[in-house]
Amino acid sequence: MVEDIRSILKEHGKLSVDIAGLSDDADLYQAGLTSHASVNVMLALEGKFDIEFPDRMLKRNVFESVSAIRAAIEELTGGA
Amino acid sequence: MSKANESPHVATAMRIAREVAGPQAASVDRDARFPREALDALKEARLLSAFVPKAMGGLGLGMIELSQMCEALAQHCASTGMVFAMHQIQVACLVRHANGVGFFERYLKELAAKQYLIASVTSEVGIGGEMRTSICAVEKSGDRFKLDKDASTISYGEHADDLLVTARAAPDATPNDQALVLVSKPDYSLERTGAWDTLGMRGTCSPPFKMRSTGSAERILPAPFADIASQTMVPFSHILWASCWLGISTAAVSKARAFVRNQARSKPGQTPPSAMRLAEVATQLQMMRANVHDVASECEYLMNHPESSIDVLSSVAFAVKMNNLKVSTSEAAFQIAHRCLGICGIMGYKNDSKFSIGIHMRDSMSAALMVSNDRILSTNAAMLLVLKDD
Ligand SMILES: Cc1cc2nc3c(=O)[nH]c(=O)nc-3n(C[C@H](O)[C@H](O)[C@H](O)COP(=O)(O)OP(=O)(O)OC[C@H]3O[C@@H](n4cnc5c(N)ncnc54)[C@H](O)[C@@H]3O)c2cc1C
Repeated sequence: MVEDIRSILKEHGKLSVDIAGLSDDADLYQAGLTSHASVNVMLALEGKFDIEFPDRMLKRNVFESVSAIRAAIEELTGGA
Repeated sequence: MSKANESPHVATAMRIAREVAGPQAASVDRDARFPREALDALKEARLLSAFVPKAMGGLGLGMIELSQMCEALAQHCASTGMVFAMHQIQVACLVRHANGVGFFERYLKELAAKQYLIASVTSEVGIGGEMRTSICAVEKSGDRFKLDKDASTISYGEHADDLLVTARAAPDATPNDQALVLVSKPDYSLERTGAWDTLGMRGTCSPPFKMRSTGSAERILPAPFADIASQTMVPFSHILWASCWLGISTAAVSKARAFVRNQARSKPGQTPPSAMRLAEVATQLQMMRANVHDVASECEYLMNHPESSIDVLSSVAFAVKMNNLKVSTSEAAFQIAHRCLGICGIMGYKNDSKFSIGIHMRDSMSAALMVSNDRILSTNAAMLLVLKDD
């Protein structure tokens, strides 16, 4: 899952650094993730994992790191 | 709004609006000069610290009362209302995100005691109105910082005591990794690089400046600007700006009403045709007022319940709602003024008539540009792709 998240961030996150150089806990906003780009990341994640982020999850901190995104997806897919 | 209607502080703002801001409005507009008399009266009444908690010497007011004050002031002088609104937005950022931090706590007490006026420096040459992006950066060395900004618009820059400035958090930070810095008069210089000769909002005195500053590093707000922006700067800006635009619309409609009453009196027994246009514009004004009051009340409630509301304030749904308020009221303000012009006819078109609508049209035209509506709509367009509203 982490590899899929990372490849979506690489393609849609418009980060100013290479995602490969960031740890799972690194702050993506500090790495240049804008709110516009984060929307594209959300859309790609919803498509890839066949999920829908409910509105309560559409918050900055849910998408602030690779691990935070993984935790959110696991919550929606029942930890699968 | 019954509670705030009984507020003695709102009553004071209404009095200042009527007795001080109104009489100076024409010369403020004609000469594009700062509304000094009204600001002095607001300081005298200690309203510049309206949002500072009581324990720190302020009035401890909330969003609803601030909104009503902005509306009242703007009804009589739009520039005065807007200067007051912009100042309160800066104060709110400090109160809500830096209170309890040694330096800022001292500063807020001093602001309440001395009634300092704070200007906003977010827009930057090369970026326009995208508040969440900066080119300039804070450079820290030891316990000092240096910050230079090529600012495209600083309202009342030459009349403020302090500036609240956005910048990248460090020279190597990304454009959206920003910090908010409070710079004070002895620590900054402003080199004016252009004029402020505009259609409206002329008394806000908002030319471009090159700002240079240094200061003690404790003046950098500890909270990330991303949080300050979504939880405070954007909601306060959109609500208090909208309150000013509501004041402008109220002023235009009250001239149209007076005009129609005049017509009716000249031919009793016949409802003048313009009365139907008045009935129409009155519905739009009511909708605008309901919109502003609804969002202001919701915000006041959320801000009074910080434990449960941080999540709401930083959610996509809330951001969309705040943006809807800005876009809809800014469009309504100009449409309402335009409709009032139609009602008053040539008497509204003349600058020297008591039914003159020109100033309201010119002032309200700034609303859609003050962070461009297209920019805001494109942000909402993106957010609506993921928001389900379920
Ligand atoms: C009365 C008044 C007082 C002000 N006071 C201050 C102040 O005190 N401090 C301060 O910092 N600023 C202030 N501003 C500036 C204001 O906040 C905006 O930054 C500024 O009006 C935007 O400038 P712009 O139109 O040149 O830039 P832009 O926002 O760049 O817009 C230019 C054009 O590009 C279009 N555009 C740009 N980006 C997009 C996009 N993503 N999607 C769609 N269209 C886009 C816009 O629609 C517009 O047509 C003030 C403005 C006014 C009118």
